[in-house]
Amino acid sequence: MKQLYRHGRQDEDEEHTMDPIHQFTIKPIADLHPFGIDASFTNASLFMVIVVLSAAALMLLGTSSRALVPGRLQSMAEIAYEFVASTVRMAGGHDGMRFFPFVFTLFLFVLFCNVIGLVPYTFSVTSQIAVTGALALLVIGIVIVYGLLQNGTRFLKLFVPSGVPFALLPFLVPIEIISFLARPVTLSVRLFANMLAGHITLKVMGGFVVSLLGAGAFAIVAPLPFAMTILLAAFELFVAVLQAYVFAILTCVYLNDAIHPGH
Amino acid sequence: MPGSGHGETAFPPFDPVNFTPMLIWLSLSFGLLYLLMSKIALPRVESILHTRANKITNDIAEANAFRARSEEAAAAHDRAIAGAKAKALALAQETQARLNAETEANRLALEAELNARLAASETQILAMKAKAMGNVEAIASKAAAAIVLRITGKPAGQEAIATAIATIKA
Repeated sequence: MKQLYRHGRQDEDEEHTMDPIHQFTIKPIADLHPFGIDASFTNASLFMVIVVLSAAALMLLGTSSRALVPGRLQSMAEIAYEFVASTVRMAGGHDGMRFFPFVFTLFLFVLFCNVIGLVPYTFSVTSQIAVTGALALLVIGIVIVYGLLQNGTRFLKLFVPSGVPFALLPFLVPIEIISFLARPVTLSVRLFANMLAGHITLKVMGGFVVSLLGAGAFAIVAPLPFAMTILLAAFELFVAVLQAYVFAILTCVYLNDAIHPGH
Repeated sequence: MPGSGHGETAFPPFDPVNFTPMLIWLSLSFGLLYLLMSKIALPRVESILHTRANKITNDIAEANAFRARSEEAAAAHDRAIAGAKAKALALAQETQARLNAETEANRLALEAELNARLAASETQILAMKAKAMGNVEAIASKAAAAIVLRITGKPAGQEAIATAIATIKA
């Protein structure tokens, strides 16, 4: 049934050229079912591997010469390192640096997913709610596990704002709990929705160009959506980088709660 | 979703069928990236930055040491120049003082000699004057005798002439 459904999708590729949702379709490349689990290598998997390879190439090939005076690639690797390090240190202080490798990996992964996804005919991994949701749950999971291991019950002070009159606590504690529970949702949906909306907008604008060119005399206004597509592409590049940064800095802020609970 | 022929799960990101393989490959790729970053890349970048910071600190310290040494050398040089200048000045002053003293001595000696000569000359003049004055008296008495002889026709007494001259001289 699943196979049929996927094959059906591929057969309909021609009809989907103008469909803005079609770019998010998962297409299997190799069917893998170890232990009866569906671990098929899909286009999403392919681009995850491409992302990891590109990020590793930047960080490993770029620093392979260990030059005292860095070249371009090494400069980029060092800038990425120092940028994330300063972000982690700013949000989490010195103790926050133990999460630096995690935050760095997260930032680099999301950044490369977002930016590579902007290249035409590629697949945007971060436009899948499963991916962003899993990353957000990983962050919150680390916050809860580390917070409880490190601080024990003092971690629960996170839900009790200090310096607040006792009478207000019955109202504030539920609000704090709800805001904590909303974190994985907002963290994942923010990234997912930004990527999804950006790609749909680009596709719709690009589709306008094609439709107008095929619409006789209306072809004369086709440059308008074309110019818009160029502007949007630049804007989407900005959003791609910004959302990776937002994801990383919010991760730092949440991790800081685990390190230093209590406001 | 227009034109889709497969019904229930239309929107691919929300299709649970895709979740399992995606999450498996996400954990594999993210885990691999985490291992590569935390075990290799980040320690390497850290060591690069550390080495560079050390190198810069050392170079700055070395440069500061060199600067201190050059400043010291410049100060020593200045001191040497000042010393030499003072020495030269002292020497010049000493020489000038010595020359002044010599000149003064010469001048004094010359003055003394000249004074002595002047005094000798004056004495000589006085002597000559006295001698001349003596002669004048003799000439005057002779002349007076001659005048008296011419006028009176008889010689005048020597005592009278001498008395007359003495009266005139007085």
